[in-house]
Amino acid sequence: MAGADVIPDPMEITLVIAKIGLVLLVILTLAAYLVFAERRILAWIQDRKGPNRVGPFGLLQPLADLIKLLTKEDFCPPAGDRWLFFLAPAMAAIPAIMTFAIVPFGAPVRIFGRDLPMQVADLHVGLLLFMALSSIAVYGVALGGWASNSKYALLGSLRGLAQLISYELSMGLSLVPTVMLARSFRLSDIVAAQEGGWFILYQPMAFAIFLVSILAECKRIPFDLPEAEGELVAGFHTEYSGMRFGLFFVGEYINILVLGGLAATFFLGGWQGPLLPGLLWFWGKVLAFAFLFIWIRGTLPRLRYDQLMHLGWKVLTPMALVNILATAWWLYLAGSSPL
Amino acid sequence: METLFFSIVAAIAILMSILVIRCKNPINSALSLIMTFFCLATLYVMLEAPFMAAIQVIVYAGAIMVLIVFVIMLLNIRTESGRRTQHALFLGAATGLFLLFQTWYFLSRSSLTGAKGAIDSAAIAKVGHTELIGQSLFTEFLLPFEITSILLLAAIVGAVVLAKKKV
Repeated sequence: MAGADVIPDPMEITLVIAKIGLVLLVILTLAAYLVFAERRILAWIQDRKGPNRVGPFGLLQPLADLIKLLTKEDFCPPAGDRWLFFLAPAMAAIPAIMTFAIVPFGAPVRIFGRDLPMQVADLHVGLLLFMALSSIAVYGVALGGWASNSKYALLGSLRGLAQLISYELSMGLSLVPTVMLARSFRLSDIVAAQEGGWFILYQPMAFAIFLVSILAECKRIPFDLPEAEGELVAGFHTEYSGMRFGLFFVGEYINILVLGGLAATFFLGGWQGPLLPGLLWFWGKVLAFAFLFIWIRGTLPRLRYDQLMHLGWKVLTPMALVNILATAWWLYLAGSSPL
Repeated sequence: METLFFSIVAAIAILMSILVIRCKNPINSALSLIMTFFCLATLYVMLEAPFMAAIQVIVYAGAIMVLIVFVIMLLNIRTESGRRTQHALFLGAATGLFLLFQTWYFLSRSSLTGAKGAIDSAAIAKVGHTELIGQSLFTEFLLPFEITSILLLAAIVGAVVLAKKKV
């Protein structure tokens, strides 16, 4: 164990707690409004009106939804596993929220005479922590469906488990070239390395693989097989009601924001951009990804299960491996590799 | 402060390890094992090995245990039948006592000098933990690394052959 105890400066602790609180507030509010935005945008794509009754332009709809979910009965199927049934929604939502701790969401600012990075924790192994947390998020889906003791829910969670494991692999492999270019797992280093040019310019293939993989990680159309409502009622969360269902639901939207933020960090230069401040650039990119996800949902049909597995294992993973080799050769021949 | 934190994490790790073998429901056993892995990862972080901690969670908690949970869910074993034989208890107690004695013997022989290797906090701060692991893995320990990868490849090929066999 390392040396003497270091007593941190109380000011530092206050700033860190303030940052955590602010990030939580922004993420949860944005996730609630993302649900609303999705309903309005889908309605617009399908030539309907969408929710427009609660408040001006329906802007208070998230609040109405929240009150409805909180006042509904919290029901657990009698034959289900009570503990796991109650824990599973949290297991799905918490890793998604925690991942945001490592995302740099703005340029460092000077406040009270000190440099404050706009990031909760700038870890050495930031990228690996993201992979670790996304592999943990699988348990929420898997155990939620299993603990319900219902056939639809179990089928949904088995599908979810297989899908998340498969696409985690291609997601992780598509990030390897990013690390090779930035020569660091640290997310602030990856952002700094893109000052000259965003990684999407050097790694369009890796970006494409990452984008498809995060769509699958979010369990969004065209990869929404774990909750395919046409076949499985509502998939792994069939038996859930009230706020526990809400946690699964909002967790999915938090996931969209987090993965959008990570895609922006890894491939689109993070908070960097000309003219506008970093904070605006970052959140603009995140919302652009969120819009893309909603747009895809409004456009594409669902994949079949064998197509899903085929795409993950026989297309994306080999492509990502070839991309890693190509990047390695390119770095070696360009002479900028540390060999 | 650090010692207190270590004690808490170690206590949780031991409690969870006991739960792994005491739980009647295999899913709960699996979850306790995952918690044990998390505690191990926390200990790695305290030993200034964040890379090891992340890999511990990705590989063990996130990949291997997911597959075990997957199999348990597919088999749908509800609870384990509560049969416990006498000689299993005896063998377990004997093994436990032997391990305890062994630990006590080697600790009390005071052959542990507390000497430190070349890699310490200063080296980690200067080069970085991940870089240090990478350097020794691809230079000093290249042969064991390659042997491990061949072993894993053989396991993958074996799994495919077994799965493709006509029953």
